[in-house]
Amino acid sequence: MKTIAEINDKIKKGKAVVVTAEEVISIVKEKGLKKAAAEIDVVTTGTFGPMCSSGAFINTGHSNPPIKMQNVTLNDVPAYAGLAAVDIFIGAAELSSTQGMQYGGGHVIEDFIAGKDIKLYARSHGTDCYPRKEILTTINKYNVNQAYMYNPRNAYQNYPAAINSTNKTIYTYMGTLLPKYGNITYSTAGELSPLINDPYYRTIGIGTKIFLGGAIGYVSWQGTQHNPSQKRGENGVPTSLAGTIAVTGDLKDMSTRYVKGARYHNYGVSLFVGIGIPIPILDEEMLKYTTISNKDIYTPLVDKSGNETYDVSYNYEQLRSGSVEFKGKQVLTAPLSSLPRAREIANTLKDWIQHSNFTLSEAVTPLPREDKIHKLEIREMK
Amino acid sequence: MTKEKIKIYYTKNQLSRPITYELVKKFDVMFNILHADINYGSEGNLITEISGQDKNVRDALKYLNEVGIVYKKYNKFIIRDEEECIDCGACTAVCPSGALTMNKQDELQFDKEKCLVCELCIKACPIGVIDVEL
Ligand code: SF4
Ligand code: SF4
Repeated sequence: MKTIAEINDKIKKGKAVVVTAEEVISIVKEKGLKKAAAEIDVVTTGTFGPMCSSGAFINTGHSNPPIKMQNVTLNDVPAYAGLAAVDIFIGAAELSSTQGMQYGGGHVIEDFIAGKDIKLYARSHGTDCYPRKEILTTINKYNVNQAYMYNPRNAYQNYPAAINSTNKTIYTYMGTLLPKYGNITYSTAGELSPLINDPYYRTIGIGTKIFLGGAIGYVSWQGTQHNPSQKRGENGVPTSLAGTIAVTGDLKDMSTRYVKGARYHNYGVSLFVGIGIPIPILDEEMLKYTTISNKDIYTPLVDKSGNETYDVSYNYEQLRSGSVEFKGKQVLTAPLSSLPRAREIANTLKDWIQHSNFTLSEAVTPLPREDKIHKLEIREMK
Repeated sequence: MTKEKIKIYYTKNQLSRPITYELVKKFDVMFNILHADINYGSEGNLITEISGQDKNVRDALKYLNEVGIVYKKYNKFIIRDEEECIDCGACTAVCPSGALTMNKQDELQFDKEKCLVCELCIKACPIGVIDVEL
């Protein structure tokens, strides 16, 4: 048994033993759980995938005369300004009003992090206290006040693989799906994935300090659609969509290597977000969770055209092999989330901890461990 | 030695003609067939590399013209910005030839030889790092 405070002491002395969620698998195989649990202090995880439910708050500062911004666009991408006068929120999946699907909120966020000038345009009805009715200027990360990422749903614990049963190619947030079961796409960091390594959210909770987009961030809340009550395998790992987290961190400190705008042909835009979460090895049970490997993580197959339902699941070792069998045929499988970059994130976090640049935080309060997901019904006002 | 990548279009009545065999025999050229899409009884096309002595390749292509077989030379290539590529793999979902695959380290691998220049991967790349070069 170890406490987070004890682990932090070792980190501060530069003596913590840190391994990634991939490395831990063979270490435990070799040394056994007991011995390895005594030695290892932290296991680092990582993921770098498209996460549409992301965005950023920016406070631009006040102009003279001041304006209560409405109808805001950033590089022609509509942003939300139904807040105080110069607080705006730019969502990753918003499309450009001039370039359509070629550019969107995700790209604005990436360009902002890159330090580029962003065109700001806003109108207003004008008030006695905010008389200006229109503004056109440029902002960047050096001339605004606060700019922080706030992503309502990231790091899905597990995500179904996608296929297309129709006779036409369909364009989805799971990429281009070829007709007649022509391919399968899937999106996961698998055994490196943060919430897979702490399946019951024993250590990851609200307030947990994390790697977010190349900077330090925090888990700020449970993610939207957080579904801890999902069915789980014997190893505790959910067999489909389950836990999610909301995360936040300072945009100005982030790097475009770990935050990247993306476009999915004929679907829209999104944002690749890099997240890494350290798992403190408090005891053997915690270590055991982190030894999960791809062959023991299953995900269901979903027809993205919505026409068919299947009772088929694959594990990530199968999906990563390049093809799987479906309806008696070999179907090509393609990933959407970058494993080399996920690995790089886990290694970067490991490096930070080993060099005493990152200590662990105790969660302020746990993520909900029971909850259910509601469907949206079409109903009358009661 | 020279190597050309061509797409041969077959019409209905040319399908039974063993054209590659004829060219090999007559001009001592080599074929590396990359992709064949032939619907028997109608028409089809064949994407192939043809290599050999400069003159032989030229003569072989001239011969195709003479016997009335239509072909197109590939003068475009697919290029990928390796620095900017994030190895997500989305492009491998649409590649019909297996030119784009993920290697053992989960990185994107591009096998130029297998590429048909169908350009499907260009739009499938979420980061926009694939393009054609003329
Ligand atoms: S153009 Fe792209 S998708 Fe088409 S064969 Fe070449 S690599 Fe594959
Ligand atoms: S889709 Fe683009 S970024 Fe992703 S692996 Fe292919 S070339 Fe690289």
